[in-house]
Amino acid sequence: MHTFEFIRPADSAMAVAIGAQTKTAQQGADVRFLAGGTTLLDLMKLNVETPARLVDINRLPLDKVERMPDGGLKIGATARNSDLAHHPIVRRDYAVLSQAILAGASAQLRNMATTAGNLLQRTRCMYFRDTAMACNKREPGTGCPAITGSNRTLAVLGTSQNCIATNPSDMNVAMAALEATVHVQGAKGPRAVPLGEFHLLPGSTPERETVLEPGDLITHVTLPPPIAGSKQVYLKLRDRASYEFALASAAVVITVAGGKVTWARVALGGVGTKPWRSPEAEAALIGQIANATSFRAAAEAAMRDAKPQSENAFKIELAKRCLTHSLQMAATS
Amino acid sequence: MRDDSHGRLPDLTRRAFLSTAGSSAAAAAIAGCVPASSRAAGRASAGSVVDGPSIEGAVPVTLRINGKEQRLLVDPRTTLLDCVRETVALTGTKKGCDHGQCGACTVHVNGRRVNSCLSLALMHDGEEITTIEGLGTPDALHPMQAAFVACDAYQCGYCTSGQIMSAVALLKEPCGPDDEAVKELMSGNICRCGAYPNIVMAIQQVRRNA
Repeated sequence: MHTFEFIRPADSAMAVAIGAQTKTAQQGADVRFLAGGTTLLDLMKLNVETPARLVDINRLPLDKVERMPDGGLKIGATARNSDLAHHPIVRRDYAVLSQAILAGASAQLRNMATTAGNLLQRTRCMYFRDTAMACNKREPGTGCPAITGSNRTLAVLGTSQNCIATNPSDMNVAMAALEATVHVQGAKGPRAVPLGEFHLLPGSTPERETVLEPGDLITHVTLPPPIAGSKQVYLKLRDRASYEFALASAAVVITVAGGKVTWARVALGGVGTKPWRSPEAEAALIGQIANATSFRAAAEAAMRDAKPQSENAFKIELAKRCLTHSLQMAATS
Repeated sequence: MRDDSHGRLPDLTRRAFLSTAGSSAAAAAIAGCVPASSRAAGRASAGSVVDGPSIEGAVPVTLRINGKEQRLLVDPRTTLLDCVRETVALTGTKKGCDHGQCGACTVHVNGRRVNSCLSLALMHDGEEITTIEGLGTPDALHPMQAAFVACDAYQCGYCTSGQIMSAVALLKEPCGPDDEAVKELMSGNICRCGAYPNIVMAIQQVRRNA
């Protein structure tokens, strides 16, 4: 691990001012905000991340989870994943978020990991994590050995010829289905970014993963008021029963009235280069009879543009079955 | 009265013996490469600031470890795990993968279980750290330690301190009554000997008696 200066800022403004001194807030940043540390310290040990300064934001008052006047939920950037998953409002009104968080990592890691840190969780692509290998995300222009190499766990949606790395987060998938908004305090003031616009597709710049600029500090995430009568399910499929990243996962929020789907929000995990909201699946569901046929049709729509690699074509059918089954679980719950 | 006539070694723990033997060998191998003062200066007297190793850029941090205040000087890169093991010499906490994947390093911070390998000591200034040494003593085991012994919930023992720290924290977390719920909440602690069934048995025994 490279050495660094450890800074504990007095307030968010000071954190933003220090953060603004980095040339990029993306891969290669020389100032990093430190929250739970579960991703950042892991990557610093691998020399994938080599910040010269760490700004410890754990003592800033950013850890609250509270109801907003409009009935929505405000989730602090440093609220711990375990606290968020077990929060009574989340368990009752945003069950898909609670389920997704509890499906990820381990109890120890969930006690450490934070909302903002989970939003910024980095890919588990082995080429990204190994500095002996080429990787366009880590070192732009060096190539993507995953495309011709080991890619069984990598993405089938949103890939480019430069990068096929999967976004590993479970929480992000639920946040996508719940239409979360990310709130950022930046050098030029605060701004709000819809979750669907927060993460970027790799395209020709896989080193750019989010819209964050130098100095941008995520302060909180908001969720809209809960959908009355909605059924919510997070289903995660993986190589072992627990403590493993998703091969495919689905977060669904649906309402069914008179046997027909009247509301649908669908997002997929483990298969996309970013948390994968599927408007195609949602459109295929609305107004349809809530049964296996329409659920399968929605799954077909969600995966229509999927592009398999040499080892991961199985993920396309797996994701379809995952989504179909999660919709059945929601409809019959 | 003790009989030393058979040439017994003086009372030495295994660790102290290995550490003495190892450091002599290492010193011979790398003589001249390490400042001679760095090890000797590393031992703290109770309540005082540790004044070495003389690391460039070392910064002060105060941790309450097992109820005892420790005022330390550490390289900023020092993980909570390395701080507990190397700086404070509490070696019951183990280093397995060092990447948050095995759970051997599990300790409690302010009563909650965490992977000490993925946390910096500096992040915990002023916080309460509990390690396996703070849980019970050989004469007065914590009920979870006693249950691990009674249920034979280990083989090689390397993961055991992490398993027990995790299991004790689990007692205060939302967890369903059945074995499946326990397995799920213990999935962050890997046991390569495969003592899992007995670990679950030990935890359930403590929960039933609670």
